Amino acid sequence: MTTRVYLPCDSGARSLGADAVANAIAVEARQRGLAVEVIRTGSRGLYWLEPMIEVEKSGDRLAYGPVTVAEVGGLFDADFLHGGNHKLALGVPGEVPYLKRQERLTFARIGITDPVSVDDYIEHGGYRALERALALSPEQIVEEITVSGLRGRGGAGFPAGIKWRTTLQTNAPQKYVIANADEGDSGTFADRMIMEGDPFVLIEGMTIAAIAVGATQGYIYLRSEYPDSLRMLETAINAAMVRNYLGENLCGSGKRFMLEVRVGAGAYICGEETAMLESLEGKRGMVRFKPPVPAISGLFGRPSVINNVVTLASVPIILERGGAFYKDFGMGRSRGTVPIQLAGNVKRPGLIEKAFGVSLREIIYDYGGGTASGRPLRAVQIGGPLGAYFPEPLLDLPFDYEAIAAQGGLLGHGGIVVFDDSVDLARQARYAMEFCALESCGKCTPCRIGSIRGMEVIDRILAVRNGEKAGELELLRDLCDTMTAGSLCALGGLTPLPVVSALKHFPQDFGLSASP
Amino acid sequence: MNQQHSWDRTVVESIAHGLKDKPGALMPILRRIQDELGWVPRDSVPVLAEILNLSRAEVHGVLSFYHDFRHEPPGRFVVKVCRAESCQAMGGVALAEHVRHRLGCEFGATSADGEFTLEPVYCLGNCACSPAVVVNGVLLGRVTPERFDAAVAALNGNNR
Repeated sequence: MTTRVYLPCDSGARSLGADAVANAIAVEARQRGLAVEVIRTGSRGLYWLEPMIEVEKSGDRLAYGPVTVAEVGGLFDADFLHGGNHKLALGVPGEVPYLKRQERLTFARIGITDPVSVDDYIEHGGYRALERALALSPEQIVEEITVSGLRGRGGAGFPAGIKWRTTLQTNAPQKYVIANADEGDSGTFADRMIMEGDPFVLIEGMTIAAIAVGATQGYIYLRSEYPDSLRMLETAINAAMVRNYLGENLCGSGKRFMLEVRVGAGAYICGEETAMLESLEGKRGMVRFKPPVPAISGLFGRPSVINNVVTLASVPIILERGGAFYKDFGMGRSRGTVPIQLAGNVKRPGLIEKAFGVSLREIIYDYGGGTASGRPLRAVQIGGPLGAYFPEPLLDLPFDYEAIAAQGGLLGHGGIVVFDDSVDLARQARYAMEFCALESCGKCTPCRIGSIRGMEVIDRILAVRNGEKAGELELLRDLCDTMTAGSLCALGGLTPLPVVSALKHFPQDFGLSASP
Repeated sequence: MNQQHSWDRTVVESIAHGLKDKPGALMPILRRIQDELGWVPRDSVPVLAEILNLSRAEVHGVLSFYHDFRHEPPGRFVVKVCRAESCQAMGGVALAEHVRHRLGCEFGATSADGEFTLEPVYCLGNCACSPAVVVNGVLLGRVTPERFDAAVAALNGNNR
């Protein structure tokens, strides 16, 4: 009998040698005369254990990791194909505390299924939501999304139901659904994991959105840094076309929805929805004025629903289980679950899907195990390059849009980057300005020029003696105010967050004795 | 470097003709040119403008806006090093220095022997395996100077 071995094809696992391990398993099995089939899945998101392999035993799976090529022979010796004991044995993956204590709704299938198999997707609950959506009126679908409380997971946190309703109520001969897959924030990889590990859940979510608002064409705007995602998406789209889950006649309903992937070209600003629209139109990624909002006048001037990948991938579970089910998770105005991406200097980096409200401390210490270096934690940056730096005493904050905003921060796309005590926050603040200068589209002067002046003034603060810093600090604060108030989009508008938070919580790094 | 690099005009023309009817065709066309040639020649601007019925300024504007598009042919191998926060937190700054010395070229430049082009990148989405680099199209995670050197040595072993 052929034994199945599961191993991620996720680019993170591949970056740690998963392909070589897959190859070594196949070679070793052949040499030993064993029938082994290696099935590539997405990643469970336990990245410190990657490459992690799994075998089936009496209906369950047993995991081993992190596996290197050098360990493969020993695993066969230990009869891992039948769950034999080995020092890399992890037991049932779902029982690993990191995974067991999660609430996986959007990421339920990732790491389990073959990402590009329609049959596998359906067998694990896929396309039930679309079936239900096809039986509902557009208003009813939008109502489910509204009831669920789903907010945009890309960073802005805007209620998805309101966007959808706006597009639904706007009459036009052509409407679009666009997935924003320009996941540029450092410390984030949830979109990538979905696209590589369960692309059909994104495709299904977009299809439901299209039916809800009356769109017939969809685009996935994918960043060029994700070549594996492109390959998986295109394979999945073709498979869905063949089975009428995309195309001219969705599941025999007579409804049409076409989907195409468009690849960006390394511009962070194109993650901003209006810059993305310009790029999709074949232009420079320059931010547009709003209003009109894209839900009324978006791509080529037509009503367009634009949502982040995670937002759209959360739609199927909402339609399948109902908006009320999803809304039951979370706290305050942050409903449902959020894929928290734990990265940087942390012992157990990975993906943690939890209901909103879990504390930063629990994420970083209970899940993450503290710093990878073993040195004391000094700062965490939440929400990407435009997010604030928080010191250790703020870690009791719950992971919630409003709670983090109340402390001058940003939940953003849900990434947390951990720094140990070797970090220099003045250098990080300068980097924030540098990044803004590099990625500014140039439309707003405070962002285009202010970011460069920002680097210069931070350099001067560090260069002058303590008594002379006051004037420069005033200049920096003034500059940050101008950028916040005078920029059209979040790049110029939020770059001051990491700068001001670094200054507030870590004044000593700027050569200041206390918080100014 | 001001030398003229030769490029095949027919490749550019056939890509442009093949994709010009797509909505917002210029981006997919520029991407395909870069994928096939490894760079987008500035002299292709008037060719594309003509085929797409755009002004040269419009095509130049798009070509010069996006970081990905190279204006000169790259070296034999392209190396990308992530310079963003998660990799910074895991020794990425020191790694970038090591890479610069090992390859003998600055970021945004090609080594004198034409072997390596070194490019900065701001997040590869491999933040849970920081620091990350891409060597000749292969993504590597948890990179140490030793692991980087081994990857580069393997390249040369395979290709020389």
